[in-house]
Amino acid sequence: MCHLGEKVKYFECKLTIIVHINVIFQLLEGGNVELNGAQIVIQSLKDEGVEYIFGYPGGAVLHLYDALFQQEDVKHILVRHEQGATHAADGYARSTGKPGVVLVTSGPGATNAVTGIATAYMDSIPLVVLSGQVPSPVIGSDAFQEVDMVGITRPCVKHNFLVKDVTKIAEIIKKAFHIATTGRPGPVVIDIPKDITDPSVKVPYHYPKKIEMRSYHPATSGNKGQIKKAVELLLTAQRPVIYSGGGVVLGEGSQELIELAHLLGYPVTQTLMGLGAFPATDKQFIGMLGMHGTYEANMTMHESDLILAIGARFDDRVTGKLDMFCPYAKIIHVDIDPASISKTVKVDVPIVGEVKLVIRQILEGLKDAKYKIDKKSSEMWWQQINQWRSIECLEFDRQSIAIKPQFVIEQLYEVTKGDAFVTSDVGQHQMWAAQYYPFDKPRRWINSGGLGTMGFGLPAAIGVKLAHQNSDVACVTGDASIQMCIQELSTALQYNTPIKIINLNNSYMGMVRQWQEFSYQSRYSHSYMETIPDFVKLAEAYGHVGIRIEKPEDVRPALERAFAMKDKTVFLDILTDRTENVYPMIESGKSHHDMKLRVAIGTTTDRELS
Amino acid sequence: MRHVIAILIENEAGALSRVAGLFSARGYNIESLTVAPTEDPSLSRMTLVTRGSEDVVEQITKQLNKLIDVVKLIDLEDIVHIERELMLVKIKTTDKIREELRSVVEIFRGKIIDVTPTSYVIEMTGTSDKLDAFIATLDKNSIIEVVRSGATGISRGEKGLHL
Ligand SMILES: Cc1ncc(C[n+]2csc(CCOP(=O)(O)OP(=O)(O)O)c2C)c(N)n1
Repeated sequence: MCHLGEKVKYFECKLTIIVHINVIFQLLEGGNVELNGAQIVIQSLKDEGVEYIFGYPGGAVLHLYDALFQQEDVKHILVRHEQGATHAADGYARSTGKPGVVLVTSGPGATNAVTGIATAYMDSIPLVVLSGQVPSPVIGSDAFQEVDMVGITRPCVKHNFLVKDVTKIAEIIKKAFHIATTGRPGPVVIDIPKDITDPSVKVPYHYPKKIEMRSYHPATSGNKGQIKKAVELLLTAQRPVIYSGGGVVLGEGSQELIELAHLLGYPVTQTLMGLGAFPATDKQFIGMLGMHGTYEANMTMHESDLILAIGARFDDRVTGKLDMFCPYAKIIHVDIDPASISKTVKVDVPIVGEVKLVIRQILEGLKDAKYKIDKKSSEMWWQQINQWRSIECLEFDRQSIAIKPQFVIEQLYEVTKGDAFVTSDVGQHQMWAAQYYPFDKPRRWINSGGLGTMGFGLPAAIGVKLAHQNSDVACVTGDASIQMCIQELSTALQYNTPIKIINLNNSYMGMVRQWQEFSYQSRYSHSYMETIPDFVKLAEAYGHVGIRIEKPEDVRPALERAFAMKDKTVFLDILTDRTENVYPMIESGKSHHDMKLRVAIGTTTDRELS
Repeated sequence: MRHVIAILIENEAGALSRVAGLFSARGYNIESLTVAPTEDPSLSRMTLVTRGSEDVVEQITKQLNKLIDVVKLIDLEDIVHIERELMLVKIKTTDKIREELRSVVEIFRGKIIDVTPTSYVIEMTGTSDKLDAFIATLDKNSIIEVVRSGATGISRGEKGLHL
């Protein structure tokens, strides 16, 4: 019997190879191949150039998994929770600019993916998420593992589709990639009922090269009249500032931004999402702005008479109190999304277009302009800015016997020579990473800005590492955040993605504790966990290396050791000063010139400067 | 300010819920919303009546335009346009008021389209204001049912909202 069984297996294997060869021949001949729905999905992904698909199987997607099994071009990364799949695909997308692809089953698989979809949506990250659905005939009957995925995700996707016809799969997939990656990018969900992928129904396959949609035409270059107005304002301003955001990263406008800033000589501030698009080590960079921005960035914004906003959306964490926002400034706003313009803050010169093209247009306008930059007022403006800089708002106590989290990030920067990809979770550690790791290149700083999703950092780092196997990838996290997707340590082992986890362990939900200290008279309601696991043992249980660090002098050697282990995922559990806070801080409801600064070392009161 | 927004949208399942969902998610109000396929069965036309400041209405049109299924839209408030709403009213009648009711219906250019010994169904089209005015002439206690379609609208002149 056993003998016979093996023979059958061998025969089946041979058969699938023959089928494959047939498909290839048909493709080569350019003839219409007949494929079943599941094969069409996978073949479409191949034709779209997809490298990795992050997923987790289940009943509704078994046909798809069977089609995946029979090929090797699209590599499947099996995560341990569907949220991890979406974040990993997201990290891949943020670090490469290519769309991330996810495959989940119906019902709980689909709902588990929603947090990751919303995370990508808030930060305009291109994802294509394939979700299984119950068979078409039973949709709406509360069938086993049925949820209305199209309905659930509608408010947090750029668009979504329910596939109703096997002959439409290829076209819908093409549309999904087109929508996800063009204009203002975003996640697109394709919900696929199980009967649509039925192996016994074969139809001709053709993947469209290009797609036209009469209802979707994203903007490209900016309006010429508006560009002219912008150029004039830029050349006549006395106290100008460039405020750039994630749109410059997403729109690949970094080189153009650098050229423009250098030509003008104006100060540049960036949002949390924009970091890296303009080099942080450039002397024109005045730091991040907003709630935890630098003193000089926020003061420069507040006192400016002209703001050139590029690919930024005037988010509430940036503006502070709206009616006190930049009271003296005229605003030029460049954005691909017309709905982002004048949404919260009224602007004077709106320019809708791709940042890269629009900055090029502005550069040309500047070259032809009759005015020249007023060097004198520019000098005075820089004098003022340098005075604000001299406050050194990011200084911290370097004599401390406890490990200061800021010190850890500084050391991380030095050990990685400023060239690592850094993902983060959400909380104080995220702000410290943004403040103390000066990013010089776009797509190096990978964090959940808009939704602020704890649990993002680890799976995102796995996605980044898969895309950049020869680069250092660090995940800066906290003792609370890391536990939200800790299961992905198992994925990191399976796919050999050696990342370095920098856990700034303060045994608190630090950011929550900080708000409670400032606004609730230190009533630390449920922001402390008494049963934090032994992360070293945990890392070891997952097959990785764990190191605990308790003294400042051990930080540097431990980091060096960790990064020297090129083929190991290393979990650095660093016990940091539990009472440390993130400064500066604009508390909610306050404006840019009303910042809380660190207590000057050696004194006891807050410095309230304005 | 009241705005009437006319929308051409792909006639796809879920298109209506995308529009309705947008309004509830962003806290915009909808006074009325009508929708039906056009002469081109792949397209639906919606007429949406909303109220809000100029800034809010600007955001509404931008957000609507951003929906992938929306092909085109115009704010009829920006141009000379005609608006119509259809109303059906069922009224309890007595011999005493029948005569008077008939003449009021005539003044408003309505039609009586169903008659029983004790009731009329009146059909009327016009601007929403006119329909309000007609309702105001009726004795509240005599009204059995009022059905209104919500406003629809079209621009005057040769130009129009089409592909
Ligand atoms: C999924 C999720 N739940 C809750 C929050 C609210 N939240 C923001 S920061 C934070 C604490 C994070 O603590 P930790 O990861 O230890 O980082 P720390 O602030 O201590 O650096 C919480 C609970 C969130 N952002 N995401």
